[in-house]
Amino acid sequence: MRFVDEFRDPGLITKAVEEIHRLAQPGRHYRIMEVCGGHTHAIYRFGLKDILPEDIELIHGPGCPVCVLPMGRIDDGLALAQKNGTIFAAFGDMMRVPGTHGSPFEHKARGTDVRIVYSPADALQIARKNPKRHVIFFAIGFETTAPSTALTLMHAKREAIRNFSVFCNHVTIVPAIRAILDSPDMRLDAFIGPGHVSTVIGCRPYEWIARAEGKPVVTSGFEPLDLLQSIVMLLRQLRAGEARVENQYKRVVPWEGNRAALKAMAEVFELRPHFEWRGLGFISQSALRIRKEYADWDSEQRFDVPETRVADPKAAQCGEVLKGVLKPAQCKLFGKECTPEHPIGALMVSSEGSCAAYYNYEYRKTASLVTEISSVA
Amino acid sequence: MCLAIPGKIVSLVPDEPHLGVVEVTGVRRRVDLGLLVEDMPKIGDWVLIHVGFAMSRISEQDATEQMQLLTMLGEGEAAMNEVRGYGLEERGDFRTGEKHRLGTGKTPTVQ
Repeated sequence: MRFVDEFRDPGLITKAVEEIHRLAQPGRHYRIMEVCGGHTHAIYRFGLKDILPEDIELIHGPGCPVCVLPMGRIDDGLALAQKNGTIFAAFGDMMRVPGTHGSPFEHKARGTDVRIVYSPADALQIARKNPKRHVIFFAIGFETTAPSTALTLMHAKREAIRNFSVFCNHVTIVPAIRAILDSPDMRLDAFIGPGHVSTVIGCRPYEWIARAEGKPVVTSGFEPLDLLQSIVMLLRQLRAGEARVENQYKRVVPWEGNRAALKAMAEVFELRPHFEWRGLGFISQSALRIRKEYADWDSEQRFDVPETRVADPKAAQCGEVLKGVLKPAQCKLFGKECTPEHPIGALMVSSEGSCAAYYNYEYRKTASLVTEISSVA
Repeated sequence: MCLAIPGKIVSLVPDEPHLGVVEVTGVRRRVDLGLLVEDMPKIGDWVLIHVGFAMSRISEQDATEQMQLLTMLGEGEAAMNEVRGYGLEERGDFRTGEKHRLGTGKTPTVQ
């Protein structure tokens, strides 16, 4: 319980942890997946694993959009950026993600005009200010981010800004959960549902997980107490033999989601028949593409895309880690060939990837402990 | 990248009803309010901002807690860099002189 003092409301934290211990049935092993990369980061950062009973295992899900993006898409985006006078704009998270011929950062060093933006609106702003050059916004993200890209495209169309297009890599979370549940080697008891994705899509899209799969889902906030409360709510359901969708993050997540955001997404995007996920392979109807009404602002409809396909590195066992079959450190490459500085596998790429989070918070802790012990000895 | 930044609406942008100026711990930037059109925030309201767009309205207490959470997660500085980096300032505000008050709002490029 050594981290508890640092939390707000240590009393409440202690109570929640006691309740978790009380609810966990002896001899039963619980496998709970937190879907969202933000939750994974928070769980490691706050050391929550250390205060939970050993029989509660948290499995880190596919909800890190940088991690699940196949390398071929990065290659394609950067290939389009080679055209004379093109500006390639992307979020900072993308800059160190390796493509076959290097990351966006490395392309920048070789002369490609690569810009970090913090918002799709900023990429459009670059286009307004550079009317003679074409700006490609490399869009990534789940439903949290897709509405912002949609509104930006609506602004671009309304203002008839022709030198702007989006290379769309937006993905949707529910089909990825379905793919994980369909996987034969997967055994999960319950889900901690994503927080900010749910502000957009609401809680209804998870109902089939409870109804058809019999697994409880609780959408959760990101604070230690939020996550512990969500685990309490899941354990209560499991103990009672129930499976429902509950909303722990009511202060931010409306049950029905954000209608304006959903409307903007529906106006601009449609589902792709299938899309490749790093570590998970092709998943049907799991990603968004730009509708033909917005074809002039879609990099893929406007330009010839090489459609590069790069197989996931064979030695990296990202798929098994994503599905919770392996722990990050059980992968053959973890901490050796594959580190946050030189990521090979998808999950080491972003700080929200489970391997990077594990490396930064657990592995380094253990490594420094080993150094400490050996220096004492 | 799925964390959100809390900000307080300090003004709305005349002529551009989808834009508002938010303040995040002393830094003011324009954000897009278009995702909240069904429940438009007023001056003084608090919102959660994600990639330059207000995504939901929250209470002042939740806003304070969200900022503390970002700090606890070690992402407070990244959040402030993000807010400082929002580049909508340079549009139109040459007219109103607002640019000066809001800072340069330059979009950073990779160094």
